[in-house]
Amino acid sequence: MALRQVSPTDEFIKGLWRDNPVFIQVLGMCPALAVSNTAINALAMGLATTFVLLMAGLSVSLLRNFIPREARIVSYICIIATFVTCVDYAIMAISIELHRALGAFIALIVVNCLILGRAEAFASKHKPGRAMLDALGMGVGFTVALFFIGVLREVLGSGTLFGVDLFPDGFQTWTVMVLPSGGFFAMAMWLLVVNWIRQREADAEKRANERAGEVAS
Amino acid sequence: MNAPAPTEQKRTSAWSMYRAIVGIGAFCALLIVTVYEATAERIADNKARFLSKAVAEVLPASRSTAEVTLDADGTLVAATELADLPVFLGYGEDSELVGAVITAQGMGYADNIRVLYAYSFERQAIVGFKVLESKETPGLGDKVEIEPHFLANFEALDARLNEDGTALANAIVTVKEGEKTEPWQLDGITGATITSDTIGAILHQGSSAWLPVLERDGRAFQPPQSIEE
Repeated sequence: MALRQVSPTDEFIKGLWRDNPVFIQVLGMCPALAVSNTAINALAMGLATTFVLLMAGLSVSLLRNFIPREARIVSYICIIATFVTCVDYAIMAISIELHRALGAFIALIVVNCLILGRAEAFASKHKPGRAMLDALGMGVGFTVALFFIGVLREVLGSGTLFGVDLFPDGFQTWTVMVLPSGGFFAMAMWLLVVNWIRQREADAEKRANERAGEVAS
Repeated sequence: MNAPAPTEQKRTSAWSMYRAIVGIGAFCALLIVTVYEATAERIADNKARFLSKAVAEVLPASRSTAEVTLDADGTLVAATELADLPVFLGYGEDSELVGAVITAQGMGYADNIRVLYAYSFERQAIVGFKVLESKETPGLGDKVEIEPHFLANFEALDARLNEDGTALANAIVTVKEGEKTEPWQLDGITGATITSDTIGAILHQGSSAWLPVLERDGRAFQPPQSIEE
């Protein structure tokens, strides 16, 4: 059986929706829930992770014929840790306040299973172009998902978006949303929405197939 | 039926593994050092700006500061360059001494914790506190930065010296949450026991080292003309 050819666009788009790392694969939950208490923190963590995904994907793909199978995990971790260190310095150079807000989670990007997973499952088996498209798609999907969680938590938990007040003075904020438990609530709300949309899509596809079957018969 | 013969997998040579691991290690080292060198100056500037803002936060009455250090004789003198753990004297609008700001650090649960705190000469108490660096567990250890009852300790944490002025009259210690009975005790945080204990130890060590000197020489210290605004 011939394998289906995946177009470069599909390679990129799959990370945004069909295989979204947060809402579908449920990977990298530690930073997704912990750092997403404000939209800006979520965006910064998403962009930092995207950069590491891209650079690690490119490096692993370029070195895929150079790294022996037995040494692949140590090599991937070393590459990922290097780019995380670079991101750490870059964020400190941009803003110490942002660096403090992201805290220990910048260093923890090293052990984000999404990055090692894409390096091992995809980048090590594909050419650099494909590996970068996959990494970019997954990174953008991760960033968008984190941003959605961050927006929900900041709006409900602080009554602001990017630090700008959204509600009149009498608005009672849901403080729980900016606490760690709020991450789980926001995640659950988005999972509900995403699964509802996917269910509708699946039902529509099933009905379309049934109609096509009736017409053919 | 015969089972299929296992395919023989080619053994990876030791040279290939050395080459890959050492090569990647060298590449990574080069990249990290290059990025470090490229960002070091900007990071130092950002840290200095952050420190200056933090000093103003913990000692809001100060309008200007002067960094101080100790000379070989143990006398308070103006610092010529920013120390690793700087200490500042803060001056009000009329250049009167309003307090001192001390940087101190200690090992917490996860890593080193670096804090900044303000000492009031008038009240002989610690009157402001801020964590500068911490990698404590999010949601647990990092409560020392946000927990209102813990931060309330620093409205006036007793740091009086003994009669000789050579040491603290009472050791600053952290007690269990809700068990604070003395003004020099820190009301700790349940769930962040090690971190709140560490904060107590940091404050005690920093104050023991600096407050006798600051009390002895601080009021008489003549700040340099170009003090930091």
